Amino acid sequence: MSTVSKSKNQSTNGSESNVQNSNAASRLDLRAAVGGGIFEYAPAPESVRPEIADAYGLFIGGEFVEPENGNRFASINPATEDTLSMIAEASVMDVDRAVQSARDALPGWAGLSGKDRGKYLFRIARRMQERARELAVLETLDGGKPIKESRDADIPLAAAHFFYHAGWADKLNYLLPGRTPQPIGVCGQIIPWNFPLLMMAWKIAPALACGNTVVLKPAETTSLTALRFAQICQEVGLPKGVVNIITGAGETGKAIVEHRDVDKIAFTGSTGVGKAIARSIAPTNKKVTLELGGKSANIIFEDASLDQAIEGIIEGIYFNQGHVCCAGSRLFVQESIIDRVVEKLHDRMSTLRVGDPMDKNTDIGAINSKEQLETIRKYIGVGNDEGAIQHDVCQSELPEKGYWCKPCFYTGVQPSHTIAREEIFGPVLAVMSFRTPSEAISRANNTPYGLAAGVWTDKGSKIFDVAKKLDAGIVWLNSYNKFDPSSPFGGYKESGFGREGGRHGLMAYCK
Amino acid sequence: MTERLPIIKTYKLAIGGKFPRTESGRTIEVHDSSQNLVAHVCRASRKDLRNAVESANKAQPSWANATAFLRGQVLYRLAEMMEGKRLELAHAIGENGEHEVNAAIDRVIHFAGWTDKYAQIMGGTNPVAGPYHNFTIPFAMGTVGVISPDEPSLLGLISLIAPVIAMGNACVVLASETNPVPAMILSEAIATSDLPGGIVNMLSGQRDELVEHFGSHRDLIGIHAAGISDDHRTTLRLGSADNLKRVTIREDVDFNDDESCEGPNWIDPFVEFKTIWHPSAV
Repeated sequence: MSTVSKSKNQSTNGSESNVQNSNAASRLDLRAAVGGGIFEYAPAPESVRPEIADAYGLFIGGEFVEPENGNRFASINPATEDTLSMIAEASVMDVDRAVQSARDALPGWAGLSGKDRGKYLFRIARRMQERARELAVLETLDGGKPIKESRDADIPLAAAHFFYHAGWADKLNYLLPGRTPQPIGVCGQIIPWNFPLLMMAWKIAPALACGNTVVLKPAETTSLTALRFAQICQEVGLPKGVVNIITGAGETGKAIVEHRDVDKIAFTGSTGVGKAIARSIAPTNKKVTLELGGKSANIIFEDASLDQAIEGIIEGIYFNQGHVCCAGSRLFVQESIIDRVVEKLHDRMSTLRVGDPMDKNTDIGAINSKEQLETIRKYIGVGNDEGAIQHDVCQSELPEKGYWCKPCFYTGVQPSHTIAREEIFGPVLAVMSFRTPSEAISRANNTPYGLAAGVWTDKGSKIFDVAKKLDAGIVWLNSYNKFDPSSPFGGYKESGFGREGGRHGLMAYCK
Repeated sequence: MTERLPIIKTYKLAIGGKFPRTESGRTIEVHDSSQNLVAHVCRASRKDLRNAVESANKAQPSWANATAFLRGQVLYRLAEMMEGKRLELAHAIGENGEHEVNAAIDRVIHFAGWTDKYAQIMGGTNPVAGPYHNFTIPFAMGTVGVISPDEPSLLGLISLIAPVIAMGNACVVLASETNPVPAMILSEAIATSDLPGGIVNMLSGQRDELVEHFGSHRDLIGIHAAGISDDHRTTLRLGSADNLKRVTIREDVDFNDDESCEGPNWIDPFVEFKTIWHPSAV
């Protein structure tokens, strides 16, 4: 507890804003999360408190409307377990209303000049930038991710996505040689809870740029930023019905997928649900893009810059609590350097700070939901049962309330171990060794997934040879988890099909 | 002088560069338009399909690894071999046979030229907001199942195969059910071209029996089909959901129309776009 009292002193002696924010900080008794040892930090909580309504409706036809059956469910702050708001649960009838509204808006939107469609997207992008702070805080409150990530990654990237696609709207005739792209129609889009606003931007921006209209469902645990985005659509005067946002859980998503008047489904989420969607639309002519799970490999060769590689590995698996489809959850280390890598990982991980997501110093926030926490714990249990060695070196004290999981890594992992095969979607890393490049490649590829991979070596020809041979849609060389609206993202094999972002992402939204 | 008694040939399957009979021992009679028996073809089984997929997956990596220039050369060689079999193919096709063979050969030539241009047209560099060199390249995806339309028996099949193999995929093909002979003659042309054995595996047989297994085979990564029934389409897609095959079903295609059957969009569904990042600042 000395950490806490020391932190308090530093806080009082520190900047004025910290003193003003002591209420916010004490609201979450999370400061104990600051790690011990040489890295002690004063709490630095974010001070903006965006307004959150007690209850939200569904955004259909440009208005917030009541759900037909009046049902609502709670959206929880996973760091405190407090209810933030009550979210409407869209029924089959609500989905129908939303699809109808998107259908009605389609001719007008598709018929608008590309330039004007682009200008609406530019307006949206600008308003997202202007309201970035508010969106970042909402994202962190609702989803549990560290404020520094929502502030520096999620929200700016989401706005950048709208900027990038705004510029495409009047240039679609240059997109594909010899072809004049046409919009597909009404797009049903279902997104996950790990990057709520960013995934929404990935879905809505290209769809709108190509002249489609959308019905989008955020994940049930993270609806708030999508609903705030709906307000931005109103603010910028986006024609009614072009964007419809309906909240709910699996049943609502199912109703979107099964709706007869939806022309295209875009889904980001688990491979299991992706397959169910593919089955469900098998008898139809609906188009589909799926961005699914992964068990991505990070490969370090003995000639890599080790410190740089360690940072990349940490970034690769512990970013966003490991709730990342492309997380580098399997680490392959060349045998000659495994001891040094494990030691460095150990050292670096012991300095990671788990705790209050609203604290600007926090590295790892809250696990998004109780359900996900249980899943991760189950995998950690299985990892131990199957005989892998868990390295639990994180020093942070976890707050009493909320959903928390200390980051850890495993050594002594066999390729057959569950933690080396299945997507955990949490801060758990499986470390394995290899001898030759070809062994690294074949083991990295030995998975039904194929989303991403990382390669670390300072040898130029080797790095490109390995990059070429990895079955992965994104390969980060001497880097990891970099994203950009101009860069296509998407997987091989059971990580789904289609790309999002860049020129290739647009191909999925026109015919 | 008595008329010569013709030999009625039994066309075998083409798997892994060899011509085995179906393991099932079954054959199908093929008749010409006057209902004369002209040939037998094998009625391939699920086991034959599995053998073909295995051969294809074995052969595919080195084909994908061949330079784009070489793949173009090999496809052009295939066109040359087809040219040598023009009359035999035309005869097997029947009505308008010569015209169809010409179109089929020209289609191979079209895709031969794409092998070393597709990546330039459809790949690219991406101007990311940071000190990274970022580029996107198309790669072959693996082995694709091809279900040919009944008509045009040769041109339909060639139009489905050529874009699949151009970028380095292998394929397992189910020939036209009503007239499989041109496909089987083609496989003899393929065997004498420089295309490595196992890149195009040809099966004759029945869609009702085999479509389901094309859909559910986990080592096929894509499907390219045309001229199939709605039921078969659903069956293919349902099976494909299990390993998330990339399914492309061409509907209402006029295979005689170059403009609608050529171009990079025919290749798009059978590549994986890989995006590679590397820091470009120290």
